[in-house]
Amino acid sequence: MTQVFKRSANTLSRFSIYGFAFFVIAMGAVIYAVNKSPYLTDVNVIRDQPVPFSHKHHAGELGIDCRYCHTSVEESSFAGLPPTATCMTCHSRIWTNAQMLEPVRASYRSGKSIEWTRVNAVPDFVYFNHSIHLKKGVGCPTCHGPVAEMPLTWRANTMQMQWCIDCHREPERYVRPRDQVFRSDYHPPADQLALGRRLVKEYKIQKLTNCSTCHR
Amino acid sequence: MDPVMPEPSAELGVSAPLIEPGHSYASVTDKISAIVLTRRTPRWWMLGFAAAFCLMMLLFFAVAYLFAVGVGIWGINIPVGWGFAIVNFVWWIGIGHAGTLISAILLLLRQQWRTSINRFAEAMTLFAVSCAGLFPVLHMGRPWLAYWLFPYPNTMGMWPQFRSPLVWDVFAVSTYATVSLLFWFVGLIPDLATLRDRSRNRVGKIMYGILAMGWRGSAVHWSRYETASLLLAGLATPLVVSVHTVVSFDFAVAIIPGWHTTIFPPYFVAGAIYSGFAMVMTLAIPIRAIYKLEDFITLRHLDNMAKIILATGLIVGYGYMMETFGAFYSADQYEKFMILNRMTGPYAPFYWALIACNIVMPQLLWFPAVRRSVVGLFVISLVVNVGMWLERFVIVVTSLHRDFLPSSWGMYYPTRWDWATYVGSIGLFLTLLLLFLRYLPMISIFEMRQLVSQTSGKTESRVSGNLDDV
Repeated sequence: MTQVFKRSANTLSRFSIYGFAFFVIAMGAVIYAVNKSPYLTDVNVIRDQPVPFSHKHHAGELGIDCRYCHTSVEESSFAGLPPTATCMTCHSRIWTNAQMLEPVRASYRSGKSIEWTRVNAVPDFVYFNHSIHLKKGVGCPTCHGPVAEMPLTWRANTMQMQWCIDCHREPERYVRPRDQVFRSDYHPPADQLALGRRLVKEYKIQKLTNCSTCHR
Repeated sequence: MDPVMPEPSAELGVSAPLIEPGHSYASVTDKISAIVLTRRTPRWWMLGFAAAFCLMMLLFFAVAYLFAVGVGIWGINIPVGWGFAIVNFVWWIGIGHAGTLISAILLLLRQQWRTSINRFAEAMTLFAVSCAGLFPVLHMGRPWLAYWLFPYPNTMGMWPQFRSPLVWDVFAVSTYATVSLLFWFVGLIPDLATLRDRSRNRVGKIMYGILAMGWRGSAVHWSRYETASLLLAGLATPLVVSVHTVVSFDFAVAIIPGWHTTIFPPYFVAGAIYSGFAMVMTLAIPIRAIYKLEDFITLRHLDNMAKIILATGLIVGYGYMMETFGAFYSADQYEKFMILNRMTGPYAPFYWALIACNIVMPQLLWFPAVRRSVVGLFVISLVVNVGMWLERFVIVVTSLHRDFLPSSWGMYYPTRWDWATYVGSIGLFLTLLLLFLRYLPMISIFEMRQLVSQTSGKTESRVSGNLDDV
């Protein structure tokens, strides 16, 4: 009877049996890495906008307050996107002929809103409210990153549930005094945990990790 | 090489043979391996496979439509949120238990009569668990997220809810499936080597050769094989008890009257073994007739299985009795109402049918004449299968449809999609089973050879046994 298998079949079979275990683990690691990568999360990816609006210039260099444009952030779930009229409060007087701002003027003339590309968003099945987060001492840059240093805007955090829940489990690591929430130049003190614990108590911050807190 | 086959013996004591006399090592090997390698595929196999395959396609069709449209195509509603899917899950997983009991516990107890039925009983376990595993996934609103049940590093920063019996179920069933598969495969290796050596065509040699994993039958191989199978038997033994216990927790941990009872774990385990042996019998009787395996699966095997069915059936009957007694002894109005509603409510015919199938009918097995009648045993085993399905239906549906508040009462009517999925899962099971019968030795060849040497006196055939097959 002739041999069906060559000697190398022994090595091959051992390799494939042990290799399979590594393959399964490696596949898991790859899937996890892809889920965490900017390819899926859009973190650090600049989004194209109809007008190349620079937060770095307006909020950083000129020092315009966040609330000048995002007016409803303290009262509403939605921070609000400014109407063209808000842009025109200044741009009807300065840079009135800049080619770059033509879409803004066109929008003002026609009354048709500029269609900004949304950068930060949570999925529709998540209930999120801006106002309560500000009232409990969560600063804008805590979630949105150093917006005042972004020439064009990108997403600074994954907006994945793990990221939300990290803070909901340990808010003391992230909160700041209420009067500092809009400051882009705020730096947490060295004893953030001590401050955080005090603020958690003072602002009556609950560690809300029930499913129904966000998935209503 | 063609031994004389005497008439099956009519004696059924412990002394009755487990293998008809006159067999040698070679005749056992020839007879079992010929089914796979040389004998023509029987016509009934073709017909059976065609039918089973059609039913399996029905399952795939029903599942595809379910994934497209959602669980609204089923009859489930509020209050009856658990319908056929959970009934079928518990039914299938219960059926699997006999295979594990036969292969693990009876191995450890050195019950030699297990030898000729353990292989296909284990295969039955695997296929039943495959069918069972489908249903909880289908039952999810978003089945493509079923992997959320496993604890793995994820972007949600969450673990599964370890306090939920549904998560325990995932672990119980996946462990069960893994151990059953390993046990079955390890047991197959020496036989796969036999098939490899006897196969005439190249594809067969290569396929069986890969699966045999280089088995040469050396003393070292056998010693390792014995260790591995004992270890796996040790691992599988607690699973016989634990898997259905955990399944019963799905109900017992809830507070619904009719579910919330401490008798559930033992009563579920007994029911599982009961239904499992009934299914082994349902499969063994036609298989031994069609493949002419009456010498290997003798009347003594059927008699022993019938006794186990009778014993576990009595335990299940005790369970029903204690359930009724407990309801009245508790003096809790909801418990009392639940049991009266089962007996006299809208689903009462199902309850009484279940009592008839599971308690009344198997009492016939007390009579030795019934235990010797192959047709009688086949009918009883089918009745028990139906009865155990009804039991799960009664537990799931009658407990849910009348809960604490009359304002939330309702009825459950299965739709054609419920039936298509259920019948389709039987098609999947039969398809897998028929493929197994066609391509793998359905009876353990090497264990039968052991049995020849241990049981068949000092006959000529034994001495002339063909040892180069071993």
